[in-house]
Amino acid sequence: MRTKIKSKGFFLSVLLLAITIMSCGEEGKDSSENKLVASNANIPVTLEMEAELTSPPNVPRSVGRRKAKKLIVNMEVLEEEGEMADGVSYVYWTFGGSVPGSFIRTRVGDEVEFHLKNHPNNKLPHNIDLHAATGPGGGAASSFVAPGHETQFSFKVLSPGLYVYHCATAPVGMHIGNGMYGLILVEPEGGLPQVDKEYYIMQGDFYTSGENGDKGLQTFNMEKAIEEDADYVVFNGKVGSTTGDNAITAEVGDRVRLFVGNGGPNLVSSFHVIGEIFDVVRVEGGSMINENVQTTIIPSGGAAIVEFMVDVPGTYILVDHSIFRAFNKGALGMLKVTGEENKKIYSGTQKESVYQPEIKGDKADMAMNTKKVEKEAPLKNRAERIAAGKAVYAQTCFACHQANGQGVPNAFPPLAESDYLNADVDRAIGIVLNGNKGKITVNEKEYNGIMTPQNLNDEDTANVLTYVYDSWGNSKRDVTPDMVKKKRSSH
Amino acid sequence: MSPSFFVFVFSVFVLSFSTYAQSVVDMKLIQGGTYLPLYGVDSLTVKVNSFYMDEYPVTNEEFQEFLKKNHKWQKSNIKGLFADANYLTEWNDDSSLPLNANLNAPVTNVSWFAAKNYCDCLGKRLPLLDEWEYVAMADEKKRDARTDTNYNQYILNWYESPKSFNKQIGSTFRNYWGIYDLHGLVWEWTIDFNSVLISGESRKDVDKDSNLFCGSAAVGATDLMNYAAFMRYAFRGSLKAKYSVKNLGFRCAKDVEPVKR
Repeated sequence: MRTKIKSKGFFLSVLLLAITIMSCGEEGKDSSENKLVASNANIPVTLEMEAELTSPPNVPRSVGRRKAKKLIVNMEVLEEEGEMADGVSYVYWTFGGSVPGSFIRTRVGDEVEFHLKNHPNNKLPHNIDLHAATGPGGGAASSFVAPGHETQFSFKVLSPGLYVYHCATAPVGMHIGNGMYGLILVEPEGGLPQVDKEYYIMQGDFYTSGENGDKGLQTFNMEKAIEEDADYVVFNGKVGSTTGDNAITAEVGDRVRLFVGNGGPNLVSSFHVIGEIFDVVRVEGGSMINENVQTTIIPSGGAAIVEFMVDVPGTYILVDHSIFRAFNKGALGMLKVTGEENKKIYSGTQKESVYQPEIKGDKADMAMNTKKVEKEAPLKNRAERIAAGKAVYAQTCFACHQANGQGVPNAFPPLAESDYLNADVDRAIGIVLNGNKGKITVNEKEYNGIMTPQNLNDEDTANVLTYVYDSWGNSKRDVTPDMVKKKRSSH
Repeated sequence: MSPSFFVFVFSVFVLSFSTYAQSVVDMKLIQGGTYLPLYGVDSLTVKVNSFYMDEYPVTNEEFQEFLKKNHKWQKSNIKGLFADANYLTEWNDDSSLPLNANLNAPVTNVSWFAAKNYCDCLGKRLPLLDEWEYVAMADEKKRDARTDTNYNQYILNWYESPKSFNKQIGSTFRNYWGIYDLHGLVWEWTIDFNSVLISGESRKDVDKDSNLFCGSAAVGATDLMNYAAFMRYAFRGSLKAKYSVKNLGFRCAKDVEPVKR
């Protein structure tokens, strides 16, 4: 015991020393920031108004030039059943009826009068910890409220930034794990710079009694939560919250700002938008600005503001680039951009040819002779062709259509027992060769995405399609290189 | 303990309490013992004396009868000190239930004062928190099923399923003691519901009251037992005696030795 105390004391003095050294170096900055926060505490408020609250992916209007006010926030806690994925339901605990909870938009100096209302039908007491509030528990200590009751507390927002709020009632992890989190934005005086589009995206991980994809009502699984073994990792509370028809949108030339949070309870997000580079990242939602960022990290219980200009039309995929979460657990959203193409910035596929490095000879010669090198392959039996097709599938198709051809709900259509696939083999060959764009209906679900043309030769195309038709309850039909060749020349 | 012994005890009771005999037969004897509560450490087990507990929670119909005889606990007469505005909030008037209410469902939206008085009037009392927890740790077969995953998952699932308050009494399992519905319909008042405080800031409780979490490593533990109990304590901690809550009902208990009056 004694040595423990001693070592603790030693540690403390080292820590103190470190702080002293650091504070020597940064004295000027520290004191000016302290002054700023202190002076924010003295910003006078005039008038009062009720805060506009929005459910994701929408955000309230910017504070603009308005003065600091007494801002009344009426937040209702609801425990209610919702949809986690197709055919999978879950009882969410929510702030304001959505996961994440309602977005709160304030400006520095606002005095927030917070009313937390626990709906009478709820089973449990709740409270709220706002990371934007300064004081014990961020409000949690003052907002504990039984079902059918309401509590009120007030705080002044002192520091600009994007902050998480969440429930902090025991067991805290379970309350957060069931969806009790959201974002509160504190804008600087005059507001953030104007942009064309703003959206609210918040990641969360879920732990269910069944495995990912098991149908029916799922309940919270404590053991998986403790082991951090998530069944679902999603944006805005469910698989497909922002894909297909629910995608967020922008037009070419728009400046887009995403308020991105991470409720956790466990996982740290590697937030990335496929096909975009963030011009500006307000790191961790604070005052530091980083530029030209590909992927930004968002801690559990943290946030970031990312901004980018969209230059060319198309669908941009929002992912947690801890990538299995995106393709296998649901952390996938879509930003659909419409408008004029700009071939200078992005050309699309310009040319396709066969690349066969094993062929010896002059490089220039090879490029000239692509047609010629497509030599006759020896005919294989069906089993061999299926095996070869499987290898092609793993390289080319797997990422979107998934290991068992099940696809990704609202994003990538299934190949397993697919009515669309089995209906028309010629069309299927065409899609592999030329890609596909626009609305299609597969097994009674609508998909509206883009598949790029696949750079495969006739034989590989035939093999992979034969493999697909042979698998997952499909029609077992044969696709031959000749059929592919015919389709290619007809195009 | 043979069943015939129970019958004997009951009949003695029935005889000694002629006025309220009818309610005594609906009670079960709970054999006393010791148990380790959520907030305890190994050296601090709690002793629970033998007592009687109602087999079922008090129903809408029973409470309706009570109101007919006890006008001061009716909705329009009750003092603000004893019940908040949610008291019997869905009742049409002082004695009639809403149309969709199930007469045999547990009565809810009653304050602690009203619940306590109801039991008093029958010569009973509300159970102690430790008594309630002691009985509630049993499943169908075992006195203490708290380490059983199924038992815990059952409770957690109930916590997460909305609107169970309108279910018929007896629709959940009969536990080791012959008591129904401790988990699965409604929360229940105990006489000392706020004796173990979980403050609004539950993370702070770790050092505020070392008895509550110390030793048990409650939050970090992988056993689910703590989570189910935790939520009950958290719920109780959010209450005040005049609160009336839609998912909160009660049942009565009674000492083995008749209370002297």
